[in-house]
Amino acid sequence: MPQTLVDRIWDAHRVATTPGGADLIAIDRVFLHERTGASALKRMAEMGRSVHDPARVFAVTDHIVDTRPGRTDATLMPGGQAFISETREACRAAGITLFDVDSPDQGIVHVISPELGIVLPGITLVAPDSHTCTQGAFGALAWGIGSSEAEHAMVTGTLRLPRPQTMRVSFDGALSPGVTAKDMALALIARHGAGGGAGFAVEFAGSAVRALDMEARMTLCNMATEFAAMTGIVAPDEAAFAWLAGRRYAPAAFDHPHWATLRSDDAATFDREIAIDASSIAPMVSWGTSPEQAIPVDGAVPQGPARAHDYIGLDAGHAIGGTPVDAAFIGSCTNSRLSDLRKAAALLRGKRIAPSIRKALVVPGSMAVKRAAEAEGLDKVFEAAGFEWRMSGCSLCFYAGGEGFAPGSRVISSTNRNFEGRQGPGIRTHIASPETVAASALAGAIADPRPLLARVAA
Amino acid sequence: MNPVTTITSPAVPLLRDNIDTDTIIPSREMKSTGRAGLADGLFAPWRYTDAASRTRDPSFVLNQRDAIGTRLILAGKNFGCGSSREHAVWALAEFGIEAIIAPSFAPIFKANCIRNGLLPIELPEEVVRSLAWEMVRIDLAAQTVSAGEESWPFEIDPEAKEMLLGGLDAIDVTLNHLKDTFDRWMRVDMTRRPWVYLSPRRTDDGAQR
Repeated sequence: MPQTLVDRIWDAHRVATTPGGADLIAIDRVFLHERTGASALKRMAEMGRSVHDPARVFAVTDHIVDTRPGRTDATLMPGGQAFISETREACRAAGITLFDVDSPDQGIVHVISPELGIVLPGITLVAPDSHTCTQGAFGALAWGIGSSEAEHAMVTGTLRLPRPQTMRVSFDGALSPGVTAKDMALALIARHGAGGGAGFAVEFAGSAVRALDMEARMTLCNMATEFAAMTGIVAPDEAAFAWLAGRRYAPAAFDHPHWATLRSDDAATFDREIAIDASSIAPMVSWGTSPEQAIPVDGAVPQGPARAHDYIGLDAGHAIGGTPVDAAFIGSCTNSRLSDLRKAAALLRGKRIAPSIRKALVVPGSMAVKRAAEAEGLDKVFEAAGFEWRMSGCSLCFYAGGEGFAPGSRVISSTNRNFEGRQGPGIRTHIASPETVAASALAGAIADPRPLLARVAA
Repeated sequence: MNPVTTITSPAVPLLRDNIDTDTIIPSREMKSTGRAGLADGLFAPWRYTDAASRTRDPSFVLNQRDAIGTRLILAGKNFGCGSSREHAVWALAEFGIEAIIAPSFAPIFKANCIRNGLLPIELPEEVVRSLAWEMVRIDLAAQTVSAGEESWPFEIDPEAKEMLLGGLDAIDVTLNHLKDTFDRWMRVDMTRRPWVYLSPRRTDDGAQR
């Protein structure tokens, strides 16, 4: 019987079918962070329960740690320090490996899990964080859960859940220069809705996906949750195995026959199929307050819900390019990896951001990314251009009540969410690729990166 | 967890699509690692004209007189999208909400509801709209939503229904009924996929303690 990749991994992890009709699925890895993981650990201790296999549970402090140089446990978020200290104590008590504030391995959960080889092809990995789907780039079934489910996964080694439906999203054809995985994700969500993937585990396939490097695949899978999908996944290939080889928690040899089977059969049928011509995609930018409200950077704002227009302060018919921005942010689990920083730095090299930009930040996804970027001198490029160079963390991808942008600012951001208030009260967020953020920071207004890229290449 | 059987409440309409968990409970309102003390921050960006002083916005639907004491919210498509924070469900539950009726829910939010005894019901958009401010009766066992003389059936995952009706703790259910099955499965799996099982007590710099 031909099988999809998702069904194959599902079946390999199905321990039992419960009397209620759900499946009991074995969970190979749990990854916690201080914002939602501390709640799970605290509740677990209160209930007198313990972790089934602590060696396969990891934690990190990434969400509310300070990202300014010389950081300590102190955070700018009111009360934030307790999340960090409680997470540390709870991890110690539970025997869980913690990548702490001062660890050389610290970073955003979905950046460091692959870096350390914690995610592997064909495994199940969960975290109480919606962007866990990022790690589907390696052919793992990886998805976000709540704190209660994290507790269930830690205590029992399993989760109870109904089998998801399967969807294949095929991007075929070649991406145009200046068009990235971020633009592919935004184009999909703009065309099929922010709820378009609900109930589905999505396999990303097609020649344009196979042509993406591993970091770009992570960006694409990262946004599956913005599509309301349970997860996104890409069938692992030599690029995935090579990327993971030699990582700390990965097996020494990647030649096990098991990995060769991790793909959908040619004759497999999906519950839904979507096909997108990759060559039709332009650099995208969001105009409103949902990721589905995204348009080509050279397009005009369409008519949307009145509330979105009111919040973002842009009327229908307005050309999005040329809209002045007050701040720029490069970072987040979507776009904070070395390749993202290289691409943005290439556009910024030897230039200064517009004087009207009041705050511009680069926040590397991990301390390993930070070190690698510094070894190439990227930090100097960003600083010379007028960006602040930070320690790794989630930072201003969201507003936790401490550090923020100036009230009412318009921000061009490489993050994943443009919700009302996501980056602070009244803040207007436009999500885009790091290249588009860099081009916009230079222009002081939302700008198409393609003309700049052409000049850099020439 | 208290069992959920029937709920009768006026239905308060919050009929916007893609209401996200940042709006339901902003990160800055999550002030401790516990599950309590969140109701005050529920929908803070919409409920208050000034969150710091807690000045209420009289135009927001939950601040209206007819909404006081409601147990039921109506919402638009993809309710609960965004961050996986379970605090969104804890805040709603602490506020007194026992059910939400929407055309669709974000998957993590929906799973979080089940774990906390909050009933997520999916009905077609036009039905959801027609229920605004009606006195609605929900019968979970019968899987029906009624208002006046009309009644609509709804679908729910059988496992979720059993959990909600019984007020069951999922961890206890798994440990009590399936732990032996899992232990047997794992013993076989350890020979099948040995690389999955990491050696214990490895520190974060890779050294063995």
